[in-house]
Amino acid sequence: MNTDALKDLLYRLADDQLILGHRNSEWNGLGPILEEDIAFSSMAQDKLGHSLQLYGLLHQLGEAEPDTVAFTRNAPQFHCCQLVELPIGDYAFSLIRHFLFDHAELLRFELLATSSYEPLAQVARKLKGELKYHVLHANTWVKQLGTSTEEAIGMLQKALNDTLPYALGIFETTAQEAAIIAEGIFPGEDALKARWQESITKVLAQTSLELPDLTTLTPVFGGRGGAHTEHLQPLLDEMAEVFRLDPTADW
Amino acid sequence: MDKATVLDWLLEVKDPEIPTISLVDLGVIRDVRIADTGHVTVRMTPTFSGCPAMDYMRRDVERVLREHGVADFTVEMSLEEAWSSNWVTERGREALRAHRLSPPPMHQGIVDLDILEYAECPNCGSHNTTLRSPFGPTLCRALHYCNDCRQGFEQFKPV
Repeated sequence: MNTDALKDLLYRLADDQLILGHRNSEWNGLGPILEEDIAFSSMAQDKLGHSLQLYGLLHQLGEAEPDTVAFTRNAPQFHCCQLVELPIGDYAFSLIRHFLFDHAELLRFELLATSSYEPLAQVARKLKGELKYHVLHANTWVKQLGTSTEEAIGMLQKALNDTLPYALGIFETTAQEAAIIAEGIFPGEDALKARWQESITKVLAQTSLELPDLTTLTPVFGGRGGAHTEHLQPLLDEMAEVFRLDPTADW
Repeated sequence: MDKATVLDWLLEVKDPEIPTISLVDLGVIRDVRIADTGHVTVRMTPTFSGCPAMDYMRRDVERVLREHGVADFTVEMSLEEAWSSNWVTERGREALRAHRLSPPPMHQGIVDLDILEYAECPNCGSHNTTLRSPFGPTLCRALHYCNDCRQGFEQFKPV
């Protein structure tokens, strides 16, 4: 097994979970209705659990303890896509980000369930069952609001147009892409993107929202290589505040 | 000491958030092995990977083993087989109902939308119910509403 290729993929996956998990948690107490407050907080908890599983796999491959990896790196050492680090904005943006990200996520872990690296395949088989609920949640609200008032449809359409270039950044490849595919670890970002496009198109077709022609958009790349927006470092500083004060603190 | 004895002891260990159901009936205890040396290995698997109660469950299992005089043991958390809500035993389903939680519907391995939306009202037994939100007060619970007795209720999610 090519462990460099494997670690490269695992860091991207784990960092996406950790950062979006943290962003989701920022809806705690602020959700537009109680059920949404609970839903985003639950998805935050799920995503932190998923990041822990993936950092655990990295630890087995010789990387530092999950807490150390999560709390001691700075933005340039993170490999998440820029989509996940953007501030929560309004509910329309957070819902569209969740919809675009979790469709890719569910398909990604379905593909990883047959990965040649068995420990990753085991984690993927676990996570894909949980991610179904995330996609169900996103679809429910996109369909409900996307067929409701002109104002709601307008807000979602704007959020969709603004967010899609970042969502395409999910599928940014790294120098390890060929090795990852050749080793049978994962079928690759392009294969995932094709499935994702089909999957979001099916749901959006049931709404008044229009999916722009993706080929006319410029994907926002950089995150996988450590180039981030100005929003990531403040998030990390806040997330790691307790750990940096006292790494042995228990809370 | 044999496997059945250990499993019997472990019936004492309840889900910290649903005190009517044991970890054995929840399907979280996957296996108990006793080596010739007397070393006891208990294999557990999490219901949901982000469940904060898993650490407590593990500690409770270790405590019960110690209370029964077992000093040489390993409690391992394994993802070898992903937990399925089909593993909740019949006794476990009754324990969930006793806690006014709807048990997860049985499925054939594929949890589709029909399964996710289906629930049995723990108050009146009706199946005329509506899924309100796939997320509830804990990761393993969804919120449903009974159209017959007109009460909201929680369901242990099918996975």
